Amino acid sequence: MASTDTTSTASKTDDLAGLEAGLDALEAVQVTRTPVREVLVKKVLPPLVAVALVLLVWQVLVSAKVTDEYKLPAPSAVWDSLATMWLQGTLFDVLWTSVSRALLGFLMALAIGTPLGLLVARVRFVRAAIGPILSGLQSLPSVAWVPPAVLWLGLQDSMMYTVILLGAVPSIANGLVAGVDQVPPLFLRAGRTLGATGLRGARHIVMPAALPGYLAGLKQGWAFSWRSLMAAEIIASSPELGLGLGQLLENGRNNIDMPGIFLAIILILVVGIAIDLLIFSPLERSVLRSRGLLVKS
Amino acid sequence: MAITIAKAEDRATVTTHAARIEHVSKSFAGPAGRQLVLDDITLDVAPGEFVTLLGASGCGKSTLLNLVAGLDRPSAGSIDTPGGRPALMFQEHALFPWLTAGKNIELALRLRGVPRGERRGEAQRLLELVRLNGAYGKRVHELSGGMRQRVAMARALAQDSDLLLMDEPFAALDAITRDVLHGELTRIWEETNLSVLFVTHNVREAVRLAQRVVLLSSRPGRIAREWTVDIEQPRRIEDAAVAELSLEITEELRGEIRRHGQH
Ligand SMILES: Nc1ncnc2c1ncn2[C@@H]1O[C@H](COP(=O)(O)OP(=O)(O)OP(=O)(O)O)[C@@H](O)[C@H]1O
Ligand SMILES: [Mg+2]
Repeated sequence: MASTDTTSTASKTDDLAGLEAGLDALEAVQVTRTPVREVLVKKVLPPLVAVALVLLVWQVLVSAKVTDEYKLPAPSAVWDSLATMWLQGTLFDVLWTSVSRALLGFLMALAIGTPLGLLVARVRFVRAAIGPILSGLQSLPSVAWVPPAVLWLGLQDSMMYTVILLGAVPSIANGLVAGVDQVPPLFLRAGRTLGATGLRGARHIVMPAALPGYLAGLKQGWAFSWRSLMAAEIIASSPELGLGLGQLLENGRNNIDMPGIFLAIILILVVGIAIDLLIFSPLERSVLRSRGLLVKS
Repeated sequence: MAITIAKAEDRATVTTHAARIEHVSKSFAGPAGRQLVLDDITLDVAPGEFVTLLGASGCGKSTLLNLVAGLDRPSAGSIDTPGGRPALMFQEHALFPWLTAGKNIELALRLRGVPRGERRGEAQRLLELVRLNGAYGKRVHELSGGMRQRVAMARALAQDSDLLLMDEPFAALDAITRDVLHGELTRIWEETNLSVLFVTHNVREAVRLAQRVVLLSSRPGRIAREWTVDIEQPRRIEDAAVAELSLEITEELRGEIRRHGQH
């Protein structure tokens, strides 16, 4: 084929290589990391300002005496409750009781929801049978499960876990189903031409391609776990169950201790946000970023 | 199936074709009953041959490639690819965004059964072949369109198949990048003993690359005519000889398309 003399072929090849190098340099996307300062100013500062503003408005309302003090405690009173709990050494016990329950429940929901989601996504009969129920269950407030769970299992930890599972499993399974459904057919075809069929296709193509949807499901699953647990703890408080954040809130109501109630609500909120910020958001962002799906603003 | 055990070098001598398409028809269930897309296609690709399949949009080129790739079954007729599963390159790069460029290639190697220890070196070698030495650790979205197609080409080559099917792989690229990739493809084809079946609707591209150009008619897709291209490589798309043959083929293609407007 190449009957041209070697020198001209060689120079032509060099030519091509040079042109190509130029094109690559021109078109390659430059990826730079945002400096820490910018992150602080753009990401950390705004929520801090918002929190400070809320505290300020709260203090102003208290100082203006818009309502009785037992209805709206001062921020300092809430702070005092926190300090008292800290000094008594009960703060971490209470937090740990709830957080460990929620995380354990979440892990169980993960272990059940993942295979369930895969089944619904891949087996047509299973999908037709329980797919609609599974997505319908998401709109059922998990607090509805507390009364039957108490009657089935009594006031025990297992009842709490049951409520968490009923709340979180549908979210996790549905997230996975959505993730699998959204896998572009092109990837499946490309996988098949490379020889990834059956289980190998599921492992190398479908699972990684469905990961963003799955992670979104996990994030929602966590939110549902936490909410379900709080509902269960508030309704079903009993000395055998230990003192969690939900019981702390319920105790505050029984003792008409408004600062305690505020503290419990704030702690519930902070824990929910913290787990999301520390675990799920970074996970989701790193997955999206590595695939070029996260546009920097 | 004994042939698949033979080494790549032996295969070329054992078989007379890299792909044999015999009396293949394909119809799809459409809104107005069954629609015949491909009608009695018979086509051989010889070992080491470069064939382009040319046709108007919607004439069934992709359908035919999918059949040869084994992604779909013909309604009638038979397709034989003695070298095993052919490699396929799509119009979109179809690289997996959750893997780096290098790992995309390594996945193909892994699915082919290459042992773990050899994959990295082999992937580097394939990246060098498409002149992307530095792209091993790059994510797909960090590469330009032309670079993505070159990685996709390296991944297709990683399958070590005798036959490479290409479905308009350069259609979405700008003219200069496409020119460069034509050069690369020709070079790689000359360096290996690969057979290529390349689909396009761009006449000049077809003539620029191929030893043989096959023209498909539309609705249903039939083989209308074929040309042997006796122009020495390396060619350029602007070469007078390329332009001349392209003109002739374009006239024929226009005639084919005009025929549809008459009834
Ligand atoms: N899965 C399918 N079901 C029904 N009809 C199909 C299917 N795949 C292709 N077709 C029809 O077959 C015809 C040929 O499609 P095909 O994609 O093979 O064309 P093409 O020659 O590759 O066109 P283009 O140049 O636009 O890529 C089209 O009319 C299309 O509508
Ligand atoms: Mg097509």
